[in-house]
Amino acid sequence: MKVQLEVTPDKYLPHRYAGASGDFNPIHIDQEFARQVGLPSNILHGLYSMAQVARACTQAAGGDPRSLRRLSVQFRGMGFPEQEMTVSGKEREGGEGTVILELVAEQGGKKIIKNAEAELQGL
Amino acid sequence: MPAELTCRAVPVDDAAKGKTYPPHEYEVGKEKIREYALAVGEQSPVHFDRERARAEGFRDIPAPPMFAVVYSAGAVGPAVLDPEVGINFAMMVHGGQEFEWGEPVCAGDTITTEASVKDIYERGGMGFYVFESVSRNQDGQEVVRGTWTNIVRGG
Repeated sequence: MKVQLEVTPDKYLPHRYAGASGDFNPIHIDQEFARQVGLPSNILHGLYSMAQVARACTQAAGGDPRSLRRLSVQFRGMGFPEQEMTVSGKEREGGEGTVILELVAEQGGKKIIKNAEAELQGL
Repeated sequence: MPAELTCRAVPVDDAAKGKTYPPHEYEVGKEKIREYALAVGEQSPVHFDRERARAEGFRDIPAPPMFAVVYSAGAVGPAVLDPEVGINFAMMVHGGQEFEWGEPVCAGDTITTEASVKDIYERGGMGFYVFESVSRNQDGQEVVRGTWTNIVRGG
């Protein structure tokens, strides 16, 4: 089993995710503030990027949110709006109705999530 | 004597290890699920269409798995911000996250989340602050267990 998802978060995505999640940290939604604290621009919420890894898994399982039993990730590097993000994963082991996937999320060849591990059930 | 050659380790005080926080209650709404599902780009119709959700065996519109951050935040936030834990926020990054899901969360559910300080330790000159959240629905069924790892870099 292989997992692949491409998504390009638009310029205003971090604002919509802030509203949806309640995380209004200005490093995500205010470009000037982000630059003042030494970032190249405002950055994606890490948990938005993790949600893309989760979505890649549930989509591969036919869209059933019950299929994702566990997901762990390490956040590395920064994600940016208006750049394509690629989530890719492959099966590490499969048992009876259960699959363990290893995944990464990248932008422009740089990892923003690494060592992601997902457990999917009911495939 | 030469000046200090190595990076100064973050002094880590683990006195708050094991501390628990008051439960936080969250009522799950259909339109909040829609807002979240649209923001993260969910395509599955079960998150938008009640008839479809019921036809697939859900009690009501199910939340996407990562909606866990929405109903857990009110419990985990105060733990992370607790002065007794003592995180230096200027140097903090969200290093890692894990969720283990149980019973699906659906519109109409009331989710109660309890947070605790699971571990505090120092490694490689950095401070690791690990929080756990356990969320249950109105019937007492566990819906998700979260492990939140924040890393504080050395100054």
